[in-house]
This record gives sequence, C-alpha cells and structure tokens, in this order.
Amino acid sequence: MDKAIETYALTKKFNGLTAVDKLDISIENGEVFGLLGPNGAGKTTTISMLCTILKPTSGTAKVNGFDIVSQATQVRKSIGIVFQDPSIDDRLTGRENLYMHANLYGVPQGEQKTRIDRVLKLVELEDRADDILRTYSSGMRRRLEIARGLTHYPKILFLDEPTIGLDPQTREHIWEYIEELRKAHDITTVLTTHYMEEAERLSDRVAIIDYGKIVALDSPTKLKETLEGDVITVKTQDAEKLQSTVAAKIKVLKSHVIDKTAEFTVRDGKTLMARIVEIAAQNNIYIDSISLREPNLQDVFLHYTGRAIRADEGGELHGMAAIRRRAIR
Amino acid sequence: MSEIKGIYTLWLREVKRYLRDRVRIISSFFQPLLWLVIFGSGIRFSGNIGELSTQQYIFPGIIGQTLLFTSMFMGISVIWDKEFGFMKEIMVAPISRASIFLGKMLGDSTDAVVQGIIVFILGFLLGIKLDVIIFIEVLPIMLLTTFGLVSIGLTIASFMESLESFGVIQSFINLPLFFLSGALFPVRGESVPVWLTTVSNFNPLTYAVDALRTIILGGNWQPLYPLYYNLAILCAFDIIMITIGTFAFSRRK
Repeated sequence: MDKAIETYALTKKFNGLTAVDKLDISIENGEVFGLLGPNGAGKTTTISMLCTILKPTSGTAKVNGFDIVSQATQVRKSIGIVFQDPSIDDRLTGRENLYMHANLYGVPQGEQKTRIDRVLKLVELEDRADDILRTYSSGMRRRLEIARGLTHYPKILFLDEPTIGLDPQTREHIWEYIEELRKAHDITTVLTTHYMEEAERLSDRVAIIDYGKIVALDSPTKLKETLEGDVITVKTQDAEKLQSTVAAKIKVLKSHVIDKTAEFTVRDGKTLMARIVEIAAQNNIYIDSISLREPNLQDVFLHYTGRAIRADEGGELHGMAAIRRRAIR
Repeated sequence: MSEIKGIYTLWLREVKRYLRDRVRIISSFFQPLLWLVIFGSGIRFSGNIGELSTQQYIFPGIIGQTLLFTSMFMGISVIWDKEFGFMKEIMVAPISRASIFLGKMLGDSTDAVVQGIIVFILGFLLGIKLDVIIFIEVLPIMLLTTFGLVSIGLTIASFMESLESFGVIQSFINLPLFFLSGALFPVRGESVPVWLTTVSNFNPLTYAVDALRTIILGGNWQPLYPLYYNLAILCAFDIIMITIGTFAFSRRK
C-alpha cells in the first residue's frame, strides 16, 4: 500500500533562513504521526507545505499520492486541517461554518446534513450548533474546527498544535476525540506539538524536529528506551555544585542543570536517590525537593538536541506556565 | 461546477455577514444624508447648476460616492479575514484563487450595491423624482461601478497586513476619486480649469456618475458622454481591475 505522506528533501527558506532543511519522512496510512519540537523548529512550516499553503523552496512531497507542488487541488481535497490559530468565521453560526466548508470542498448536497450532524455529534456541539461563533469559548471553537476538518471525510487530518492555549480539561477532551478518530475512522493524523505529553500520548511515531531537521524518529516507547535508567530531579539553589559533587561520587549516566534544577540519569534510581540526599547534606547543599521518574520525551528531546525544549526563544518550557503564556498573547 | 459552488458559497458568506451587521447598515444612512441635506442645502446659496437644484445635481454623485466609499471599504474584509485567520480556511480549500477572488468580489459588490440602493431610497424622501423604471436602470450601472472599485479595494488589501495602513491608503484613493468625478461640482465647462477636466478623464467614477445622472435626471441633464460609452468604459475598467485582483490573490509564497 502507498504511504500517506512521503517527503523528498523538502526544504523551505525564508530570506536565506532555512526553516525546513531537506526533510525526508514517510508516514504510513492510518498512523498518528507526531512532529515534536520547540516553537520555530519548522513544524508549522512543514505542515504548511504539505497542505499547499507554502511552496517549497526545493524538494517536494507526496500527500495521498498527489504532488504538493503540481497537484495542489487534489492534495487539498484529500486532507483536513486544523490550524494553530483560529480560522473560523465568528459572525456565522457553527452549522453555517460547516455548511460553508462542505460547499467549498464539494461535499454532495444530499450528504451534507448527515455528515454535519455526525461531526457535530462527535465533538459534542449539537446543542450549540446554531449559535453565532462569537458566543463560543476557545475550547468549543477548537472542537468546531476539528469537526470542520472532518466534514469532507479527509484521508489525512493535520492538527497544528491542537491544544495550544486550552485549559487542561479541554485538552483532555480533545485528546479523547483524536484517539476516538483513530479507532473509529480510518484516518491518518499528523499532529505538531511542543507538549511532550501530547506527542507521547497520541502518537504512534514521533519525529523530533529542531532547526528544520529531524533529530530522532521512532515510537515514543522506543525513543524513551534510548535513555536507559531513571531520572532523579533535584531542586536546589546550588544545582551546579550538586551536579559536580554527585558526579564525582557516584556513577551517573548523564546529568545536566536547568535553572535551579539538577537532573541525573542513573541506574537503580531508588537506591541512588538516598545517596544523593546524603551527598548534598555532607556538602551543605540544601535540597528544596527531589523526585524520581522514568525518562519521558522531554528527556529524549534533551538527549538529542542538548537543550531543553523551549516554549519561546530563550525560555524553557515549564508546563502550565507555557500554556498560560500562550493564552495571554 | 465546484468552482461556481465555491464562488456562490463565498458570495453568500459576505452577504450574510453584511446583513447581520445592523450597525453598519443603519450608519450607512447618515453620511449620504449629511452630504445631501447639509452640503446640498448649504451650497444652494451659491447658485443652481443649469436647470437643476444642487440637491438634484449632487444626488447621483452621492450615490456614486457611496458606491466608491463602501466598495473601497470592503477591502477591509480581506484584512479582517487575515487577522482572524479565516483567510487560511479559504486559501486551503480546493478551489482556485480566481474563484476565491470572484466570490469575495461579487459578495462585497452586492453589499456595496445594497448601500447604493439605500441612498437611492433616500432620494424619494428628499423629493427627487424617481420611479421603478429608473431604479431598474440604475441597478446595472451600480453593479458595473462596484465590481471595479471593490476589486481595487481587495487588491490593495491583499498587500496590506494591518487595518491602519489600509485606512491610510484608502483615504488617499477615495477623496481624489470622489472630488475629481464631478459628483459635487461640474468637471466640464468653460469655467472649469483644464487640468481638472483632464484628470477627471482618467477617473472611472466620472463615467459612473455621468451614467447615473443621465438616467436619474433624464432630460434635465446634458450628458458628458453617451450612455453606451460610459458603460463601455466601466466594463473595461471592471475587466482590468478583476484581472489585476485575481493575480494579486494568486500569489503564493
């Protein structure tokens, strides 16, 4: 069977700045493919090229077997897109937005009502469908956009940062829809995100992208396996001192410091956690908190790029703080 | 077929949005009313133009002005759509850029013509002699005028990123076109400076206003050009502007 998406040295430059650098990926039919990377890594640019919004500087890609440069219309007909930023008409009702979409995508007149009712049901917006969009919350708008992206029964659904700026409950909800889609409909999903949890939870395979290049590509589990051991996170004012002292006394696989936090990757974390506390006490380092966990994609990212994933240029991502920052903007 | 459906869909959207905007429709009464009542009465003391009262003379001009201002203003819908992201939804839809442009252009033109009709109805209230035949004859002229003007607005807007910059450019174009069209005062005649006449020759609104006067004022008005000539110029203007607009919309980064 043909691949859903295949890219051939796909490249995009903006005024000499390379946003996407000779990308070669292939995405299987029916899989959920995650593009994970910080803002500005080239995720949206990649998706925009695949959706034929942007023209590649060089290279090309096939989406559902159609070339994104020479067969843009066929590509567009076969895909659904949920953009990072809202793209619905807020003066129209939810239902009107969906009908407009159905007409633009040539959904047969006789089928429109059934399909629209169905997608509205999927995102649980039936009772609000005839209200003007202005009265919707941002979570409801996002749900409507997902519904819209599905109205013309696309083979591939692109979700660009589907839960950005949404509250945790709504995120959970949207994750459930995406999982539901995957089970009930035969649809390939490509999603970009800079949330580790999101990529980890939803994707069959994750490509870690940074500076326009794929730095790692595998299933979340496999990616995590590349990191052996446990991660011990220590919050302390003297993170750097702790890092050097601990590294001198016990066998640490990897360690690094971000802000006032030192992280150690070790074998047998349970035993060594106690040792670290002991070492800190001996060296008069006051520990604010200490925790032990299995490696997650955040560590994978750090492992491959040498940097923590950044929410904005210069700053690190700290879960909710990053969400809040996005919401304010 | 799907292209025509696409055009229709986008047309419908523009019209729906417009009809839901009560404030815009109600406020659209006021500007023309000010021109007709205050400007028209005020200027009367400086004398009539031939057989016509100033109000009668400027009435077709004010219809032209309304068409001009609303048409140009419609460009704002493009910037609005960019700002609120809806443009992306249209741009990734599987219809051609030409259809996108045409749908938007026809929708905005419809809105502008509705504004023109509102001013036309004001004419009844001001005691200008009008009837249904005149109304039916005026409609196609209004449409031909707005197609080209809306296309100018949309084209300019497609190059703009902010509402502010569009506003500035818009007034740069609106006022000269308005003043140099003969809408408020004659641009032909012995006492009119040659430069004014020359410049007005290049103004599409001159021909629109002349055509409107020919129909609305009937025998009281001595046309500058025969009606067919005015219509031919307007058609040519529309074709040129629609072509330019389609190209402006077809740019893909």
